[in-house]
Parts: sequence; C-alpha cells; structure tokens
Amino acid sequence: MSQYPINPAFVAQGKLSDNERLKTESDHLRGTITADLQDEITGGFNGDNFMLIRFHGMYQQDDRDIRAERAAQKLEPLHNVMLRARMPGGIITPEQWLAIDRFAAEKTMYGSIRLTTRQTFQFHGVLKPNIKPMHQFLHTIGIDSIATAGDVNRNVLCTSNPVQSELHQQAYQWAVKISEHLLPKTRAYAEIWLDDEKVETTEQEPILGDSYLPRKFKTTVVIPPDNDIDVHANDLNFVAIAENGQLVGFNVLVGGGLAMTFGDTSTYPRRADELGFIPLEHTLQVAEHVVTVQRDYGDRVNRKNAKTKYTIDRIGLDNFRREVEQRVGVPFEPVRPYTFTNRGDRIGWVEGIDGKHHLTLFIENGRVLDFPGRPLKTGLAEIAKVHSGDFRMTANQNLIVAGVPSEQKAQIEQLARKFSLIDDGHSEQRKNSMACVSFPTCPLAMAEAERYLPELVTRVEGLLQKHQLADEHIVLRVTGCPNGCGRAMLAEAGLVGRAPGKYNLYLGGDRVGSRVPKLYLDNVAEAEILVALDQLIGRWAKERLADECFGDFVIRAGVVAEVKVSKTDFHA
Amino acid sequence: MLLSSLVAQASPLSEQQVQQLQGLVSQLNPIQQAWVSGYLAASAQLAGGALPQQAAASAAPAATLTILYGSQTGNARHVAEQLAAQAKAKQWAVNLLDMADYKANQLKTEHFLTIVTSTYGEGEPPENAEAFYKFLFSKKAPQLPELKYAVLGLGDTSYEFFCKTAQDFDQRLAELGATPLHGRQDLDVDYESAASSWNQALIEVLEPEFKASPAPAAGAQVIAWPGQTAAAASSYSKQKPFAAELYANQKITGRDSSKDVRHIEISLAGSDLSYQPGDALGVYFHNDPALVREILFSAAIASSTPVRLGEQRLSVAEALTEQLELTQSYPAFVEKYAAATASAALQALADDKAALRDYLADRQIIDIIRDYPGVLSAQQLVDALRKQQPRLYSIASSQAEVDEEVHLTVGVVRYDAFGSPHLGGASGFLAERLAEGDTVRVFVEKNDNFRLPVNDDTPIIMVGPGTGIAPFRAFLQEREQRGASGDNWLFFGNPHFTQDFLYQVELQRYLKQGLLTRLDVAFSRDQAEKIYVQHKLQKQGAEVFAWLERGAHLYICGDGNRMAKDVHQALLAIIQQHGGKSPEQAEQYLDALKQAKRYQKDVY
Repeated sequence: MSQYPINPAFVAQGKLSDNERLKTESDHLRGTITADLQDEITGGFNGDNFMLIRFHGMYQQDDRDIRAERAAQKLEPLHNVMLRARMPGGIITPEQWLAIDRFAAEKTMYGSIRLTTRQTFQFHGVLKPNIKPMHQFLHTIGIDSIATAGDVNRNVLCTSNPVQSELHQQAYQWAVKISEHLLPKTRAYAEIWLDDEKVETTEQEPILGDSYLPRKFKTTVVIPPDNDIDVHANDLNFVAIAENGQLVGFNVLVGGGLAMTFGDTSTYPRRADELGFIPLEHTLQVAEHVVTVQRDYGDRVNRKNAKTKYTIDRIGLDNFRREVEQRVGVPFEPVRPYTFTNRGDRIGWVEGIDGKHHLTLFIENGRVLDFPGRPLKTGLAEIAKVHSGDFRMTANQNLIVAGVPSEQKAQIEQLARKFSLIDDGHSEQRKNSMACVSFPTCPLAMAEAERYLPELVTRVEGLLQKHQLADEHIVLRVTGCPNGCGRAMLAEAGLVGRAPGKYNLYLGGDRVGSRVPKLYLDNVAEAEILVALDQLIGRWAKERLADECFGDFVIRAGVVAEVKVSKTDFHA
Repeated sequence: MLLSSLVAQASPLSEQQVQQLQGLVSQLNPIQQAWVSGYLAASAQLAGGALPQQAAASAAPAATLTILYGSQTGNARHVAEQLAAQAKAKQWAVNLLDMADYKANQLKTEHFLTIVTSTYGEGEPPENAEAFYKFLFSKKAPQLPELKYAVLGLGDTSYEFFCKTAQDFDQRLAELGATPLHGRQDLDVDYESAASSWNQALIEVLEPEFKASPAPAAGAQVIAWPGQTAAAASSYSKQKPFAAELYANQKITGRDSSKDVRHIEISLAGSDLSYQPGDALGVYFHNDPALVREILFSAAIASSTPVRLGEQRLSVAEALTEQLELTQSYPAFVEKYAAATASAALQALADDKAALRDYLADRQIIDIIRDYPGVLSAQQLVDALRKQQPRLYSIASSQAEVDEEVHLTVGVVRYDAFGSPHLGGASGFLAERLAEGDTVRVFVEKNDNFRLPVNDDTPIIMVGPGTGIAPFRAFLQEREQRGASGDNWLFFGNPHFTQDFLYQVELQRYLKQGLLTRLDVAFSRDQAEKIYVQHKLQKQGAEVFAWLERGAHLYICGDGNRMAKDVHQALLAIIQQHGGKSPEQAEQYLDALKQAKRYQKDVY
C-alpha cells in the first residue's frame, strides 16, 4: 500500500471494480500477453490481456464497418490493434518520420499515420503477427508506446509554439522528464515486446503503485498565452512561468477532464483548478505526488468516478492540495499571473526568435494518407527526406515543419504546395474544427466523427457565409462518444455522438478553452443541428458585441446557461 | 473399425461382449490389432467357421458371385449394387463388398469374381481399393487357376490414366492364372447405360455356370459385410433426386479473400432422405442461361430449335441448360464437334492426346467453340455433349444437430481465362443463380469409408484444409450432440487468417467448450515461407504419434493431388521419427491403420 499515511475518510468504500483485480493480478502488466501472441486461432487478445495491452500503448479494435458482414461470414471481427506512440511534446525527427511512414504503408490495414489530440501519432489496423515486429521496429528508431493508454500517466503534452524557441526547448525538456519520471517501472514492455530477458527481481511501482492508477491520467506542460493543449482537458498541468524569457517555475493546475457517461449525472466534464506556483526544482516531486495522491484517494470502486476531477470534488481542493504539499514537503506559492489568449495553431510560416522558420501544416483530422489529388503522406515523406530540423505534432492534430533555415524555406514551401499540404483555401472555420477518430476503428464510437467532420464544416462555412461572417469561425468539435478524445466539451459548439447519425449539441465554450459548454439539443440529427446553428449564427451576426465570439454570445444572450462549476451547473 | 462397427450394425455379439472387445481393442496399437484380427479369423475357421462370408463360401464355394467395388464417388458402388441385385433376382448367392472390407486371403477360394472400379488421380486406385490393389500386386498374391473374373472400369477420358486401375486389375488377375469371363469395358463419365448393358451381358455369361452349380441350401442372399450399412431406404436416389429447397447461401470468406467459399443450407423436409457424417450430397444443377445463350450464339443456333435427347424432345436451350455438361470439357466433345464442323485443325488437336489434355485443362465448352467456330446443327451439338453428372459435396452437417437440413461448404469455381469470366457449373448454380427458396435436385451418396469411430471415447485427428473442413464440421456437430468424450484434434489451413478461416467462430466456440481438444491452423500466405497443414502436423509430430498410439482415428479431407499426399508423407516422417521406425515399418504402420479403418480419406 501507500508509503504515506492514508486518511480513511477520503477513500471511496465498497467492492473494488474488476479492473483493480486485473491490474493487481497482472504480474506488473504482463498477464498472459505472450501466450496470446502465440494463439493463432484469434486475432484478438483474451480475457484480461484485452485490457492489459492498453498499458503497453495499444487498443484492440476491429473494422466496425464490416463487423456484421463478418459475423454472417462466421468470421470473428477483423481484430487488430491501434498503437499510440509515446512522444512527449510531439517532437519527431525526419528519420523517425520516414520510418513510421514506411511501416504504416506496409504493415497496417489503413496505410495511414494519424496525428492525434494527444500530440502523438497512431498506427491503426495492425494485425497480430505484426504487433511484436512493430514494437521492435519502433525500438530501433528510439520510440516506444509505454503507458500511452491504460490507468497510468499518459503521453505528456507540451505547447507546440516554436516562436519562443528557447522557452519551448526548456518546457519541452520538462515534458520529457515528467514523462520518464512517471513511467511504470515494470520491465514487462521490454520483456514482452523486445525479448529482453526476464530478470528475477522484486519489481515495485513506487509512484504508480502495484495496482497502478485508478483511471487514466493526463499531464501537460503549457506555455501561455497558448492553450493549444487544452489544460482543462487534463488531470495535471504545468503552466510555464517565465522571467526574461527564462523558465522559472510552473503554476500547477489539476482536475481537468472531459469524459462523462450519458445518463449518469455524477459524471461531467470539468475545468482544472489551480493548486499554486512551484519553482522548477520541485517539478518532478510535485508531478509525482499529484499522482500518488490521486493513486491513494481516487475512486477504485466506481470507475466512472475514478478520475482526478472527481477525487478533488469529493475530498475538496484544499485537502487535495494539502496532501500533495505534505508529500512534497514544500507548500505551493500563490499562483503567478498568466493568460491564455489562443488555442489554435498558427497555420503557415512563422519565424522563431532564433531566426529559424517554422511551417505549420493544417492536417484535416490529423489523417496522414494519400487522398485522391492530395497525396499528403507522400508529401510529408518528401519533406522529411530534405528537412534538416524536426517535426512537431500538435495537440490540434496538425504538423509543424520546425527549424527550417532560411535557405531551405523555399524548397520546403514548394514541396508542401506540390503535395497539397498548403491549401490557401482552407477557411478559419475548417482550421478551428476537430474530431476524434471514431468509426470505423474505435470500439467506443456511437456516431461518426472524423469521417463526418469535413462535410459538417462545409455546411457551417455555408451558414457563416450566409450571415456575412465568412472570415469568422466557431470552435467546432465532434466526438463520437462522451469519452472526450475530440475535446468537444471545450468547444464553442460541440457535438457528442449518441447513436449513428444522432448527436447531443453543446454550446457555450469559449475561444481559449476555459469554459465547459452546456447541453442545448439532446439526441438530434444533423438537420436539426443545422437549423439551430443557422438561427443562432444569424442572431450572433446581428446582436454580437465587438469581437464577441459565438460561445460568449450564446451565454450573454441566454441561449444556454454558463457552466461555472461543473458539478452543480453542467446537468442543471 | 470392424469391432466398433459391430455395435451399430446387426451384430452377433451381446452388448457385454462388445464392451469387452472394445475394452481390449482400445489398448492395442494398430499392429497388435491387425495380429488379433488375423488370429480371430483363423480360430473361427478352425472352430468350423461362424463368420457369414465364410459360411457362404464353404457351403457353396462354386456358386457364389463375389462382387468387389473400388469407388471414390459412389458410381462404381452403384454399378456393383445393380449387378448384385440382378444376380440376386436370379436367386444366386452374391457377396457384394466394398473392396476395403474384403479379406484378400479369401481370394484363393473364390470362383467367380467381378470387380467394378474407378481410377483416381494419376492412375491410382481409389482410396478403398488401395489395400487390395497392393496385395494383388505383391508377392503374397496367390495363383488363381480356379478363378473366373470380370472387370468393369469407370473413368473420365479427360484424364491421362483413364481407367488405369481397372486395366491393372484385369491384367494382374490374368497373370495370376484367372480366366476372364467377359471382356473388360472402360467407361467414360456418362457410363450408366453402357454399365447396365455390361452387367446384363455378364449375367448372361454367368447363367450357365450358376445353373451348373446350384445355390447354397440357405437360399439366395446378398451377404453384407458387417461394416457395411444397408443402403438407406429412401425413395430418392441419383436416378431420382429430391427437389430440395435452398435455405441459405452465405459467403464465408472475407471480402478481401481470393476465394469465394459458400456455406449452403438445404432443406430435406418432405423427403425421406437421411445421411450420416461422412456422406456426400449429390447436386444436380442448371447451367447458366447466359452461358447457354453464348454457346448457341457462337454456333449460330436458335435457342428454340427442337432436338432429341434420348427419348425426350425438347428445345436445344432446355437441353443445354438442364441436362448437358457445359462447364467441364472432355475429349469426346472435341472429336464429335471437330467432325460435325469438319475442323481439320481441331481434329489434329484431338489426335494428340497429350496436347488435347493440356488444351482442355481450364477450358469449358464455350472456349472450344470460340477457339474453333464452325457451323453445326442443334442436334449435332447436343449429340456432341455428354450428359450432366451431378457434383458431389462432402456434407458439412450432422442430422443430430440440424435435423432435416443438410449443409455444404462449396468453393465457388470462378476464374478469368481466354478473355472471359468462367464459373463452375454446380458451384456457380448454388452460389449465384439459386435464390433462397428455390429448389435444387439432390441425393445422398453414402460413404462408409469415412466414418466417425463408433466408440465415442476414441480420439480423432482431422486434417481438413480449405473446403476439406466440411465433413469435420459434421463430425464435430455429431460428437457434440452425442456427448462423445473422445478427444478431437483438427488441422485446418487456407491462404489467409483474416479472410479464409472457414467457420472460425464455430471452431473458436468448440475450442472454448472443450469439444475441440486442439486446433492447429496453417495460413500459407501470411508469412514469407508457405506453411501448410503437413508442416503443422510435423511440428506437433510427437503429440500426433502419441494420439495414434492411444488409438486415434485419422482423417484427411480435401485436395487429393497434393495435400493428401503431402500429409501422408508427413505422417510417415512422424511415425519414423517419433515411433523409432524404419521407412518400411512406417508404411506398415499406416497400412495397418488403414486396414483397421483408422486412417480414412475423403479426397478430391
């Protein structure tokens, strides 16, 4: 158990959820995965292994488009895995890019690389015989997928802004250090996937604990005024505070999170709260002990209430802060001033203060594939072949060609245009829209998201045009289920899938992502959503205050009530 | 296996005796069983002979007609049965036997022997004739100066070694001093009327012989070997098929498969047809009307032109669609078509047998007509074509589970060649042209040489890649319904795991339930090197041998040209390696298994 005194009043009582059993019995995440890899009768994983592979960065999925067809064919679902790489801060070298480009083409069912909202890439559709070779291949290029899913601290995000190059470099280094510090200590990954010899040691997980965390845990390092990583979607955020361009410490925000369960009002999307400021030297200790407090007090009885946000609402922010302070041995200082003014990526070229150039490419839905007439994947590979800097995947599913010297700028631009990676026709609306992956691969999906977003955006563009707001945009996000990967619960207009073709429409988030939107329409089809948006955009066009964004307008106009405190307001 | 068969059939043993026997047999390895079998036969003879065929033989040796058939698809058996019935009608004593059930050492006591046999593959004897054939060509074969014999061959002129087994038997019996009674005939695929005539002629030849040596006192009888079931008393047969309703036609390969395999469900409701696991279903089909139009168009024949077909008068389109063979090609057509169209080029091709075989390999009738367009009358065309033969499919279900249904696993023959798409006759009919609710004419073709062990405790090893899995689905259904406790081990293979794992979900369930003790799969194209079932067998060689040693029955179903041979070789290697045997001993081991009916094949 915990190495710290436990206040029993803060511990959720009852029978532990089955996930607790499987983690405890897993022999530090090994389970019988190795035996399953030898099982030639199914393409899937059996029993607990289905869950345990998540801790190794994979989800078992199947092609849902053909699930019924295959059932009729007396074939099992087309089981495969999705792999999410661990890339703290989303930085990847051109050499790595070329390698994953080849792997995606040769060894995945869909042939694509997906840039995700977790600032990393995913392979989709890897069949069982290719799984182990995939990990070994990634290992050769210095990439792993440890703990990018499951009840652990996942890939650590970091603001992508390449302009403040020095500050970014410092913040990025901390993202890497935090990621490493919070990794599971088990050697299961190396043993299972990399054939490392099993060493007879008494393994321990001093930070995560032998039954790991109660639920997934997400961490960011953010550099104001950018909020590209969406702090309020994350359990733990380190807000960079700089003095004279030098990082001096972090404001620590805890308890953000967007997932909820339909029909369960004890679940809700929630903003993060401020714990206070810490100087740099305490960063890893604070990260560790926010995790250990959540480890010890998170709800292991009811998984739906297991995330940090509910722990804070249950035991109180002050108690949570006190527990962390006691374990770190240092009190938090008052929060230093910071402001977020921006959440999207700056599409196009920017020049950093180091004189290097950075090209942010808008990748719709983060899907890197050769589309008819738009060979994006080939284009990125061509750039990777000549690029001397690095690539940075953003939390908005875009890609930055970073660190381009002046003399190479024209060449990169020419390649980007040649392969349709630069499209001046993309509207602000399109660039500020986002969707999760959803169908056909995600097993949780209830409605289309990624495949539906492009046409939805086109229709919303039409509405903006109709009301003479063509240059304006609404932060529009679609997510296929209420688990929140598409971060619709921080959108000005968020669609959350209920059933095929049916969504809940939430309104009232803001541009910078500091407000949770509220339910406006329940379980409706697109037509109804568009009628509502048409009417509301029409009113916004006429009644808006100067520069007033859509989310602020719908609240001021009383279209929806503002969600100030999620626990009380969201379902009210 | 003989002793087990006694249980299900009319057996002279009490239930207790059967159990005692089974108890003993289960502890014996194949060699020991073969020895005991010989021992028992010898002691029975010493004791005065209690076994039926010996009773018959000793009571009236000169007046029994022994009819042996070597049959792969049942045709030879049918002809043999017909002959037996005719002889029986004459009040003669007849001993009709599956060649696999015939005791070769009996041969020297025979006086009248008729062999009806097909030929398999590249001139090999059919599965059930193998042991007798081997014996006859061995040094053990006795001189047969007393024997009078006749041989009838069934075959297919498209094959190089047409009726070779019949020719071999004929020649060998003569070499051993036997006297031919009646000239051998080698019949092509449309053998029926010629076979009847041959039978009739043989009866006439035998008539004086049998008059001279009267029937045994017990009177006329057809003596059935205990291992042979009485033919199911159904009013439907190959000659009179049942018009059954198609229940379901479901593709069971994935959308990206290079193969199109269908799971077909047919209703036998309203018929008195029944079947056992191991049996086959004969299927008559209609040819593709589009193909018929194409052929008639190419030959410039109006579809309504009346023609004669035997006794019938019908339109040429009807004849081609419903009764004639269009999707397989055969030398007889080439010759008749060449003559009718006066095509010297085609005639030249027909004269070169080897070239003709190559030419015909993948061609259907339409391809020949397209290659050698010519003018001929509707009647000439009809006369050139042979009668459609029903196709046999190994049944993929057990009536214990599906009651009045019968399931098939049909690989659809579909390929592009010679500038156009080609579709198999019966498989195309079942897969493409028959709607659910339509009728299809079927009959049951029994196969006593592919049977589950009667003893439910006996372990079985099944090797069934591709559509060869069909009878094993029937076996598993049967064993599940019977609550059979014997272990079941299945080897399955196909090109790709994700696309071609036939009945995957069912097999997974059987594995989970424990009905399937083991399931080993070989997906040949999922990795650089090709892995087939025989490789999987060899990989599990020690265990395979251990199963055989504890009495397992071994079954192979599927492709006979390569797979079954490769599996056979793998088994020999396993027996040598894990049984510590010489190549000859390994052969003997498998021969003994075959003798004991523990090694059975259903190959095509």
